[in-house]
Order: sequence, then C-alpha cells, then structure tokens
Amino acid sequence: MPAVSKGDGMRGLAVFISDIRNCKSKEAEIKRINKELANIRSKFKGDKALDGYSKKKYVCKLLFIFLLGHDIDFGHMEAVNLLSSNRYTEKQIGYLFISVLVNSNSELIRLINNAIKNDLASRNPTFMGLALHCIANVGSREMAEAFAGEIPKILVAGDTMDSVKQSAALCLLRLYRTSPDLVPMGDWTSRVVHLLNDQHLGVVTAATSLITTLAQKNPEEFKTSVSLAVSRLSRIVTSASTDLQDYTYYFVPAPWLSVKLLRLLQCYPPPEDPAVRGRLTECLETILNKAQEPPKSKKVQHSNAKNAVLFEAISLIIHHDSEPNLLVRACNQLGQFLQHRETNLRYLALESMCTLASSEFSHEAVKTHIETVINALKTERDVSVRQRAVDLLYAMCDRSNAQQIVAEMLNYLETADYSIREEIVSYLCFPYFFHSWLWYHKYHLLIRMLHRTSPDLASSEVVSEEPADTVHDADELFHKFVCKNNGVLFENQLLQIGLKSEFRQNLGRMFIFYGNKTSTQFLNFTPTVICSDDLQSSLNLQTKPVDPTVDGGAQVQQVVNIECVSDFMEAPILNIQFRYGGTFQNLSVKLPITLNKFFQPTEMSSQDFFQRWKQLSNPKQEVQNIFKAKHPMDAEITKAKIIGFGSALLEEVDPNPANFVGAGIIHTKTTQIGCLLRLEPNLQAQMYRLTLRTSKEAVSQRLCELLSEQF
Amino acid sequence: MIKFFLMVNKQGQTRLSRYYEHVEINKRTMLEAEVIKNCLSRSKDQCSFIEYKDFKLVYRQYAALFVVVGIDQTENEMAVYELIHNFVEVLDKYFSRVSELDIMFNLDRVHIILDEMVLNGCIVETNRNRILAPLFVLDKVAES
Repeated sequence: MPAVSKGDGMRGLAVFISDIRNCKSKEAEIKRINKELANIRSKFKGDKALDGYSKKKYVCKLLFIFLLGHDIDFGHMEAVNLLSSNRYTEKQIGYLFISVLVNSNSELIRLINNAIKNDLASRNPTFMGLALHCIANVGSREMAEAFAGEIPKILVAGDTMDSVKQSAALCLLRLYRTSPDLVPMGDWTSRVVHLLNDQHLGVVTAATSLITTLAQKNPEEFKTSVSLAVSRLSRIVTSASTDLQDYTYYFVPAPWLSVKLLRLLQCYPPPEDPAVRGRLTECLETILNKAQEPPKSKKVQHSNAKNAVLFEAISLIIHHDSEPNLLVRACNQLGQFLQHRETNLRYLALESMCTLASSEFSHEAVKTHIETVINALKTERDVSVRQRAVDLLYAMCDRSNAQQIVAEMLNYLETADYSIREEIVSYLCFPYFFHSWLWYHKYHLLIRMLHRTSPDLASSEVVSEEPADTVHDADELFHKFVCKNNGVLFENQLLQIGLKSEFRQNLGRMFIFYGNKTSTQFLNFTPTVICSDDLQSSLNLQTKPVDPTVDGGAQVQQVVNIECVSDFMEAPILNIQFRYGGTFQNLSVKLPITLNKFFQPTEMSSQDFFQRWKQLSNPKQEVQNIFKAKHPMDAEITKAKIIGFGSALLEEVDPNPANFVGAGIIHTKTTQIGCLLRLEPNLQAQMYRLTLRTSKEAVSQRLCELLSEQF
Repeated sequence: MIKFFLMVNKQGQTRLSRYYEHVEINKRTMLEAEVIKNCLSRSKDQCSFIEYKDFKLVYRQYAALFVVVGIDQTENEMAVYELIHNFVEVLDKYFSRVSELDIMFNLDRVHIILDEMVLNGCIVETNRNRILAPLFVLDKVAES
C-alpha cells in the first residue's frame, strides 16, 4: 500500500521526510526546514504558473512542516487555489490543508466559501463530501452565514447520498454549536429525527450526535426521537452478530452507535408511553444480562466494547432513577467491577457508583460496598482511582457510617497527595459531619495537621467555618453563595442549615441539610420553599417533604429540583417551622438560587468579544455600577470569584491588563442570553467599576447587582 | 466531544495531530509535550484514563507510539478507548501492518482515514470498509 503513494510521484516529499529524519540535531532540522520553506516560497512567487500537481506536492510538504511544530505563514492562497481544481487529488489536499491550518479568523474565508459553494452545488457526492467536511471542521461565523440555510435541506433531501448525509449532519452540528441563532428549528427537524430509522448505520450515528446536541436546547422539537432511539437500540442489542456485518466489532453489535443512542436517551426523562418504556426496560435488562453471560471472545477488545455499552446503559438507568429493580442490578454489576483485575474497570465503576449513591432507591445498596471502597483508597496505585474512591466515600456517607468514613479520610489525609488533600478537607468541614463526636475530637488535630502540611490550606475560608452559636448576618451568607455552591447557609443556637448544589445548563439540584444542634427532638418540622407569583412563572422548584421529627443531634436532608424557565430577579424563601420543647419556632431565610447559577462560561477571542460588546451598545442593554471595595482587592481572588460566578475569564482581551473581562451564556428553558462583563479596579481609590452588557436589561441589572456584592 | 487526536512517539515527536477546537500553535507543542510526559510516566497498575486539567486523556500504546485522545465529560471513556483500537486496525488494513514510518510518509492518507472516522469531534463512522472507500477511490484515480 505505501508503494501507491510513491507511485503517485511525490518522491520529493519522501526525500524531504527522509532528510528530516536523518537530521542529527534540532538545529539541523530547523535549517533543513527553512531551506525547504525558502524553496517553496520562491516557487509560489515565481513567474511560471505552477501546475496542480506541483502545487499539491508543495502544499503537502507545508502540511508536514506544520505538523513538526512550525507555524506556516504562507501557502494558504495556493491551497485555496487547489480547491477550485477539478481533480479530486488536488482538491482533496487543498481542503486538508485548510481544515488543518486555517482557523476561523482567516481573511481567506470568503474565497474558501466560494469554492465550497461551488462544490456543494456540483451534485458530485465526493466533492460535496469534501466541502461539508471542511465546514464541519472549520465552521466559522462567515461559513455559517453563507451555508446554514442550505445544509438542513441537503441533509433531509431524498436524493442525497448516504455519505453526504453523514457529513451534512455533523456539519449542521458544528454550525449550530458556533452560531445557534443561524440555525433556527423548522420543518427539517422532524425529518432529521426520522434519520434514526435509516438503513445506513453511519447516517444513524451522525444523526444521533446531531439530535443529542439539538435536543438539549430544544427538547420539545426532538421529543419524538425517544421512541425511535429506543426501538433502534433494541434492534441492535438483540441482533445476532451476523446481522450488522461490518458494524459488528469483535462480536459486539454496533457498540459506538449503541453508546450514542443511550446518550441521546439521557437528554430526556423516562418515556411516558408505557409501550416504549417497557421496551427500553427490556433493552436495558438485556444489556445487563449480557454482562453476566460467558464472553463470546477472549480478546480484550470484545469485553471493552461490551463494557462501554454497559457503562452507558448504567448511566441511563441512574439518570432516569425510576426503576428500583434496574438500579439495584446496576449497583450489583458495578460492585463486581470494583474488584476487577483491570484498573480501567475499577476506575469507571467508582465513578459511576458515585452518581448512583445520590439516588434514594440505591443509596442503601451502594453503602454495602463501603469496605471495598475504603480498601481502594488504601491500595490503589493510580491517584485518579483514589480520587474517585474519595468522592464515592463522601457520596455514600450518612449518619450510619459517618464516623467510620471520617476516620478513614483523616487517616488518609496524613499520606495523601497534595491535590486530594484540599478536597478531603472541604468534604470534612461539611455539615454532614458536624455532629460526629469524632469531628469535635479531631477538629483541633486537623487544624494542627493542616498548619504543618500546607499553611495556605489552613488559612482558606473553609477551615475558618467553626461550628459557632452566633447568628450570622443573613444577607452576608446569601451573597456568599452567589459564587459557590456548598457550605453553611444559616445557623442559630438550635439549627444549622447547610447546602450542597450542582447546576447544569438550565437545571439544578440542591440538597438542603437541616441539623438539630440540641439534644431535644424537633417536632412538626416543616421546611417550605416559597416563591412569589412572579418568581413562580420563571423558576420551577420541586421539593419533597422531610420527616417531621428530627432527633436531637440528627440531620435530615431535603432535595430541591430546580428548572430555570426564564430569567428571574428575586430569590425564593425557605421558611422553616417546628416545635422545640414548648416553643414554636418560625424562621425564614433567602435561598441562594440566583440567575448566575445558570450561567455557563464561553471562551472567545479578543476580536469576538469586542464585536459582541459593540453589538450590545443599546443603552438599555448596559448596566454599570461604581462601588467601594468591601474586601481586599486581590487579583487572584477576584479571578476566582468571576469564575465561581459562572463566567469565563478571558485573558488578554482588555488592553489594560489590570482589568477583568468575562463572557458567558445564561441558560433558561425558553431562551439563552449572552452576557459580557468588565470589571475595572481602581486600587488607589479602593473602588471598582463593573459593566454588564446583555441583550436583556433586567438580566444586566440582576447580574450587575449580584456580582457587585462579591467584591 | 473529542477535543484532539494525537499520535506521539516515545521521544516526544508528534506523528499525527488533529484538533477539533482551535488551539494556538505554540500551545499545541506545549500540550503535546505535557501529554506525552503524562503517558510515559504511567505504569501498568494505572488506568488508561488520565484526568488532565478540566478534561480527560484516553491513551493507548502500540509499540513505540502512543495514541492519545482528549475528551470532555460527554464522551464515554471506554468507547473512545476502543475507537483508538479501531483506528489502528483500519491503518493496519490499509498499510498491511502499519508502522511509524508508514504514518510519516503517508500523513495525508492517515488524515483522510481519521477524518472519515471523526468529524467535528464526534465519532461518525466505524465501519472499516466504508472508512477506506474514499482512499481506494483516490488510489485508483492516482494510478490512472
């Protein structure tokens, strides 16, 4: 096969590569490369017009030089010229060069777009494929503007060839990711869903990737994909190994497609239709059953592929959190993997079990593996695996095993890696452990140990949170939670309230922990989350009631499921009522669910940032606040707060290096709102100027308000 | 999504690199050097998934070459681990027992193979014959 390449006539390239390999030093290599670059440069500039074959040869050499780590600042024009060649070989090299070397900011994009347009219109599937690949890999804003309207049509047209459909699907995905506003939902969405039924499994794979991303932002549009995905998955999983021919990998039918379909299903809750639900359950059971059967092949590739599908299936079972039978089976399977000889499987099992621990159906089942996990902490050679063990111990911890787990963690702390130490300390200071006699007993030992091992850790905020009897300033505590998700929300002589939350896109989950600090029972313990009418329409909160009796020294937990429907300005109120001794207690505290929790960071270049900043120049879109600094003006802490707020921290964007610039997107169910911010410190005056620009005045207002309090 | 796909040898020389997110060229060389350093220091007791910065590296060694794939949390680690093997098997089929030299002297073709399998950071085709189809066309055209 390699002989073909030389028969192609590119002997010059082979000679060049040999020369490079024979260079005895880095300097010799650089010298040889520069010689070649000069040669190519002169050929490109020369009077004689180069023929396609020569252009191809030189462009190929440039590609190779780029790979060696040298920036190429010429040749782009020649590569673009190759695009308009009618020869597949030349066109192909031109496209390859462009997709590897050209980034989306190039001025040549317009010329490239022209070539792409011609190839898309050519009706030649090979040429169309090349053009689509290029868009999918480069996908700049200009390309999106030029082609976003056309790609969906190509994708769903009846006469489009399969390979072209595959490329078109991923092309559309790219354009949607970079410029979602240019890819509005339309008639084509239902046709895309039907691609899941296509005979060509490559098309199904590409379509699944596309739908998975689109469904996250537009779940309603793609709801119908659930039943199709379930039936497809079902057909794959139950097929004989001869059915899928080339898509069978070491006796496992279409493993990558199966994984993708399972991922797609994780974008939705369990299917409502009982027939679909039943079929899915059957399918998942089949996958779990296969794991217990003797393997069809001794090769490691077979078990790896099978396990890839198995882990994804377990991930889906955990996500749905609705079939106790499946959850327990998943837990047992993971339990088996915890002791497997292969480190990969132990790692993945620990990771997976961590998510399983938070499900109420399987929490008890997970706890039964405590000894194995503690053993992993002590004996695993891989620090990543030990890290997972720490996370799992924390996740499975409750009153029944807190003492044991705290003891193990403290022991481990003495010998732990620096990177894990910080995590363990933050776990240990968590309210879950506050009542443990062990905690009080070893609290001082912990402080001493920290001072000895790492003075910075000891001075961090986490350690200074002593179990105090004082009432903290309510507002202060609320604002503390704007940039972080875990900690103590409220404390008085009777009760301590702790929070742990996680957010993703426009959804979130908050665990509220109520600790009875006294030795007497609380009766009729009723915590309620209250939203004003305005807030209710923007923020969807679901809670379950807790046990109305809280023993002295005990702790109860409440889960709040959160969905951000649209932007909101107020905070919900947590009202707690209970009877203590003969008295009736009633207190309320603001629950720190703020708009920035749904803020996702967006990286962008300096150019993009200023372009968007200018686009948001309507006075209503900007809110500015000048205020005095409440805390010492430390740049590193400020950066951390901006990141904790949810924004991306953009370096080297503002010409003044002392300023902080950020960008992100607020995710709500209905819309997404792009946000840009700029924080300018004035160290002399100990003041800040904070500017927020978003497309919605109220959002700019709220974010500015929230962020101003942090500094 | 898949962030990048690399083939680096034990001496730290990159033989193949494909980035699915834009990374500045000077940052690429730094990343590749760090990645190979991480991989070389691994032992048999450790797993094939390295937690690196805010994403993961999935790596697999074939003689003197490491294939390293950077992924975010939306990818299934084991599936990517086997994708690497599938890729190497396709190379094996095309080059009849592929070697590091084959890759160096036929970089454009290796790119074509990879581009058929992974597009825009997503796995798109895993069927060996379909992946190699465009290359067979190319070879035929080149011969004529």
